[in-house]
Amino acid sequence: MNLQELSSLSTQVRRDIVRMVHAVQSGHPGGSLGCTDLLVKLYFDTMNIDPESFDMDGVGEDLFFLSNGHISPVWYSVLARRGYFPVEELATFRKLNSRLQGHPATEEGLPGIRIASGSLGQGLSVALGAAQTKILNEDSAWVYSLHGDGELQEGQIWEAAMYAAHHRIDNILSFVDCNGQQIDGSTENVMSLGNLQAKWEAFGWRVLTANGHDFQDLDRVIVEAHGYRGSGVPCVVLMTTSMGQGVDFMEGTHEWHGIAPSDEQLERALNQLPSTLKDY
Amino acid sequence: MSNASPFLLHPTESKDTRSGFGVGLYEVGQNNDRVVGLCADLTGSLKMNAFRDAFPDRFFQVGIAEANMMGLAAGMTIGGKIPFTGTFANFSTGRVYDQIRQSIAYSDKNVKICASHAGLTLGEDGATHQILEDIGLMKMLPNMTVVVPADYEQTRQATHAIAGHHGPVYLRFGRPKVPVFIKPETPFELGKIQRLMSGENVTLVACGHMVWEAIQAAQILAKDGIQADVLNVHTIKPFDAESLIESVRRTGAVVVAEEHQVLGGLGGTVAQTLAKHHPTRMAHVAVEDQFGESGTPAQLMKKYGLDAESIVIKTRELLA
Repeated sequence: MNLQELSSLSTQVRRDIVRMVHAVQSGHPGGSLGCTDLLVKLYFDTMNIDPESFDMDGVGEDLFFLSNGHISPVWYSVLARRGYFPVEELATFRKLNSRLQGHPATEEGLPGIRIASGSLGQGLSVALGAAQTKILNEDSAWVYSLHGDGELQEGQIWEAAMYAAHHRIDNILSFVDCNGQQIDGSTENVMSLGNLQAKWEAFGWRVLTANGHDFQDLDRVIVEAHGYRGSGVPCVVLMTTSMGQGVDFMEGTHEWHGIAPSDEQLERALNQLPSTLKDY
Repeated sequence: MSNASPFLLHPTESKDTRSGFGVGLYEVGQNNDRVVGLCADLTGSLKMNAFRDAFPDRFFQVGIAEANMMGLAAGMTIGGKIPFTGTFANFSTGRVYDQIRQSIAYSDKNVKICASHAGLTLGEDGATHQILEDIGLMKMLPNMTVVVPADYEQTRQATHAIAGHHGPVYLRFGRPKVPVFIKPETPFELGKIQRLMSGENVTLVACGHMVWEAIQAAQILAKDGIQADVLNVHTIKPFDAESLIESVRRTGAVVVAEEHQVLGGLGGTVAQTLAKHHPTRMAHVAVEDQFGESGTPAQLMKKYGLDAESIVIKTRELLA
């Protein structure tokens, strides 16, 4: 997919995100907008997937795990736009009897979701388990996971990191959304993450960096990571993003982590995000 | 044992239930190459050595990191594996409750959480390790099946049964050697109460190590002319309400015995079931809202009133 097409998709996904969150006056727009370009890149350009015949086991397919489940709006929009379920269903986000739960879940059978997430810190373990099964099954597909930077404050992440290096899991590519923000403020003020590169390296991972809003840079880092398959060393990308990317008044602040825009704010946001595909 | 069912043996040996798990896991590993084992640095204590040595490619040492183990197990089901996790009951439940709740129970993953050293019979290590709340924690989770087998052979059978059941399971067993008293050929059906003795005066309901105590209690009571119906609830959830109600309709009195807190365990399930369907006189033999302590298993079971003598006393009081 060319850069223009990817960019056009990102604009529509961002438009979906603010509309979804506005419609129910709840949800998490900031991180969703910040990770839009990565998810568009993965689902439309990188991953080998078959949306029409989704099944839980995903044998032979690449898998994606969203560990920071609160950014469900971006995932739901990307899954719908990629053909996992009808885009009209985005209008049911967070509503009673919807398959689009506040945080991703399997219970309602939404295609594309393979495990519940939301309570933070669990997704790296899950992704590594799935990667371990692919190794056992001699399945050459990749496992991708996404984590918030604030989420790295959870201890389970580091248990999982230690496991991956020890067991030489090299069919996983994990991304950390380094936006420097969490609910109560900047990560620096709430609980400093210190030198993340040195931390991951100390846990035995290969650390790559990328600009999370530059499709070419994301492509470069993914291609590079794929080249390390067989090395026995797991790969993590510290991906620099801006929370709220694409909506000027939401950018770069924790204030928009988990609140919804008003009618007037929605209009301002949509003026910056022209409809590139059909709105749901 | 004139009123005993054909399922009972006169015990000639004692074995630990964890060894029944170890043998069962090795056997299901032979039968099904989708079975994988994960252990958090307690391979010997869980008796997972035989599985590890026979199937090294399907055994995963995770170190002292139980939260990660639960997440790994959930992820390994994606692609068709049947993971069996192994650690002490305390670290299999309370320590990792949110991981089990979100990644395993809510996500309905085919993970078998296998927990040894449950309850007071862990012994000298003391209260930090003697979890008495695990049955309650696990039975409250939607989608979770909770299994507490009574002896070595039944634990082996239960390990086979849960491998064949699709969905999350909590399997609880223990450390001490206890009598082998259920005949190996006794059918084991998940979710079905086993009647081990028949009587018309009281229903004794028990699980795990307390089943043998209930049988001994029934033999003592029989000398007083009190005939007990002894029910082995090896599956606490889903609960076989029908078999319980059938028994108490005949006996009109029930005593529940478990190596667990009185709040939230098997006794709670029995009480709720009977309150709704057939209110019945009831007594509980369980730990009374307190922590355990160091001691030998036998000393602890006596001190905390988890033995045949306590069942006899509570039954006599109830029927008086």
